Amino acid sequence: MKLARVIGNVVATEKHPCFKGHKIMIVQPIDETGKDIQQSFLSCDTVSAGPGDVVLVQQEGNTARQLLGTKQDPFHSVIVGIVDKVCIEK
Amino acid sequence: MKLARVIGTVVSTKKVDSIKNLKILMIQPLDELLKPTGQPIAAIDPIQAGYGEIVYYTLSRESALALPDPNSPVDAAITGIVDMVNVENTPIVNKDEIFETYPDMEAHK
Repeated sequence: MKLARVIGNVVATEKHPCFKGHKIMIVQPIDETGKDIQQSFLSCDTVSAGPGDVVLVQQEGNTARQLLGTKQDPFHSVIVGIVDKVCIEK
Repeated sequence: MKLARVIGTVVSTKKVDSIKNLKILMIQPLDELLKPTGQPIAAIDPIQAGYGEIVYYTLSRESALALPDPNSPVDAAITGIVDMVNVENTPIVNKDEIFETYPDMEAHK
């Protein structure tokens, strides 16, 4: 699982039928202090996150299928939670 | 899942039966500001995207699930044609509240 912040969303009309009704958000991975790391990517939103939220992103297809309750959907990454607090040793 | 721009096509006559009748496109991965990042890749296109279009694609095992045969030997498939990308890039809300450091963590051990 990765920590990330939501920076935007993507709208598409012509898409694979299983993407209908799902929000696709752009997420930017962050480190444990909130600084941006690596490249941004797209993620399916299951928790109604919005821009500026810190979220937990799972990049694994089986998790996505279990969460969305489908067996054959091509989702690879899903937002699984909104983060309230991150406590680390200084 | 990532954004990409379609930059060309690939034609292959002799190929695995499960990907017959499917288009193969060359796509250039993009970041959220639509700037190219990394190397172009070949991706299967089950949704009929065209040259120059911005699309999003799925990588790894899940890409095969977007195709008629979910056991196809494929590791990138285009899954949507993008109409609009909204990048608000708002900073983290309540950043100080969320990220907390414990200077005296040693004392708790």
